[in-house]
Amino acid sequence: MKVSPLLRWETMLAVVVVLEFVLFSNISPYFLSVDTLSDASFNFTERALVALPLALLIIAGEIDISVAAIIALASVAMGLGAAHGVGTPGLVLLGLGTGLAAGMINGALVTVGRVPSIVATIGTMTLFRGAAYAVLGDRVLKDYPASFAAFGQGYFAGPVSNELVLFAVFAVLFAVFLHRTRWGRSIYAIGANPVASRFAGVAVNRYRFALFALTGLFSGLAAVLLTSRLGSTRPSIAQGWELEIISIVILGGVSVWGGKGSIPGVVLAALVFGLVTFGLGLMNIPGIVMSIFIGLLLILVVAVPALLNRR
Amino acid sequence: MNKVTPRLSEGARRDLSLGALALGMCAAVTFAFPGFASPANLAGLLDDTALLIMLALGQMLVILVRGIDLSIAANLALCGMLAALFNRALPDAGVLPVLVLSLASGAMLGALNGLLVWKLALPPIVVTLGTMSVYRGVIYLLSRGAWVNENEMTRAFLGFTRATFLGLSTLSWLALGFAAAFIFGLRRLRMARGLYAAGGNPEAAAYAGIDTGRMQFIAYTVCGAIAGLCGYLWVARFAVAYTDIALGFELQVIAACLIGGVAIAGGKGSALGVVIGCLFIGIIRSSLPLVGISAFWQMFINGVVILLAVLLSARSRVHNRAILEVPRA
Repeated sequence: MKVSPLLRWETMLAVVVVLEFVLFSNISPYFLSVDTLSDASFNFTERALVALPLALLIIAGEIDISVAAIIALASVAMGLGAAHGVGTPGLVLLGLGTGLAAGMINGALVTVGRVPSIVATIGTMTLFRGAAYAVLGDRVLKDYPASFAAFGQGYFAGPVSNELVLFAVFAVLFAVFLHRTRWGRSIYAIGANPVASRFAGVAVNRYRFALFALTGLFSGLAAVLLTSRLGSTRPSIAQGWELEIISIVILGGVSVWGGKGSIPGVVLAALVFGLVTFGLGLMNIPGIVMSIFIGLLLILVVAVPALLNRR
Repeated sequence: MNKVTPRLSEGARRDLSLGALALGMCAAVTFAFPGFASPANLAGLLDDTALLIMLALGQMLVILVRGIDLSIAANLALCGMLAALFNRALPDAGVLPVLVLSLASGAMLGALNGLLVWKLALPPIVVTLGTMSVYRGVIYLLSRGAWVNENEMTRAFLGFTRATFLGLSTLSWLALGFAAAFIFGLRRLRMARGLYAAGGNPEAAAYAGIDTGRMQFIAYTVCGAIAGLCGYLWVARFAVAYTDIALGFELQVIAACLIGGVAIAGGKGSALGVVIGCLFIGIIRSSLPLVGISAFWQMFINGVVILLAVLLSARSRVHNRAILEVPRA
């Protein structure tokens, strides 16, 4: 009884994915080609990679609004590194390190500073994005070495991009971690009842700190991929992504009340999201109109179960 | 009542120290740049901060009842666009219908948030994240992505915010009026006690016969109405309406509330604190260029100020709230 609503949720998402395939391939003759679909994958892989650790964080009852700002900060760090002649491996380390450091700042604010996570990350979001603007002003950094492009533009095999493979691998790792290990169960427990978890011997704050650090690290990874794909850094890079990433997580059935959600749900939601934005793009619907669909989807997703529960 | 007294005095102490800090900053900047404290410059500062003050007071009500309104800037932008389109279509209608239209449309958009939070008990952060996207998209549909420019706006439409009376703009007077109404209203009105009670302790409030959901609905509706009004004021002040008006401003508004001492956990905060918090941001914003720091640093400094403010206030508080709100019993 406890698992079935979750399963039903993921089935529903899977049905939506199939419907999107049928709908868009009927609407546009270009949709069902391998190259187009491979292109479409870039639409969501970077965001979906951040959605994985963020899902864990939200299941544990916290939230991180600063993810997009971390991407911008990490991208600026890499841009400055590149301008000073740092090679590709160094740039990747710089991006990941900046992300990790930013995530650890969030974690410290929440665990040591005892600031509610929504407030702390609204603050650090302003801080990180502000730092990106303060450092760059209205400049653009684009002195990236040629080999750096492999991450965001390279293909693993045939039309399958490196980004997609990376996402698939991490999705499996996260799913195993959350659904098959003791740590995963502790995360659910913390989200359901932090006080009881603490009495049950779970080091709640250590988990929270680690999850914030992990989310920061993956934001750094997304920054590496995005910067490599675009080949340039502006302070406004990834603007508004925090809302899209949070939307993916919530669409995936993760409860903002904590304690509920699954990785397969988040992966399916990322597909739904990627296909919606790509399909509407094929139909020449501007991004801002897509936001109506995404907003409605988001509200429906939380409203439907609430309506069903009332009966 | 016993429990309320020390809490108020704690808040009053906070307001006082924040006010002293703001005054200290003013004094320091004036010391270096005597022109800063000139009446004209201070009037300009108030004019620049007026919209933030009004919006933050509205947002404060929502945060008081354990909500958050992320759609506040999108609501503002949508109502601003509506006002501009109305003015373009019926240029001879004058300002009064525009004011009514923007207030009413804002209240409706706010009420929609409130209904979803009240009747379906949905998490405020998700609801307003969703409506934020929807409202922004609707602006695009309404305007077809085109801008409404100054030459398409009537003189009355533009002039309303710019008229000055006793040296202060209409915008400043409105902000002062709202501030006075909120400071007085939140202390004296019975409804205000309901808001504080519903946010401070929903279970106890329910026993006392206060409908928490209804209080949330009222807070969102009032916040929406203010956002709608500010939509018209914003468009008239900057003499242009487009899809991305006030993009990202919701976070500045929330930041102003936090700096002003409103507890994100609900139930705590004073209107005076919020106004001082807004002025605090306004003073920083207007003194940065004087001190020779580029505008690009402003966001960074805002971030530092928010973090310092919440770190200091977190010391004295116990948090028993997960992300935002636990489902009501």
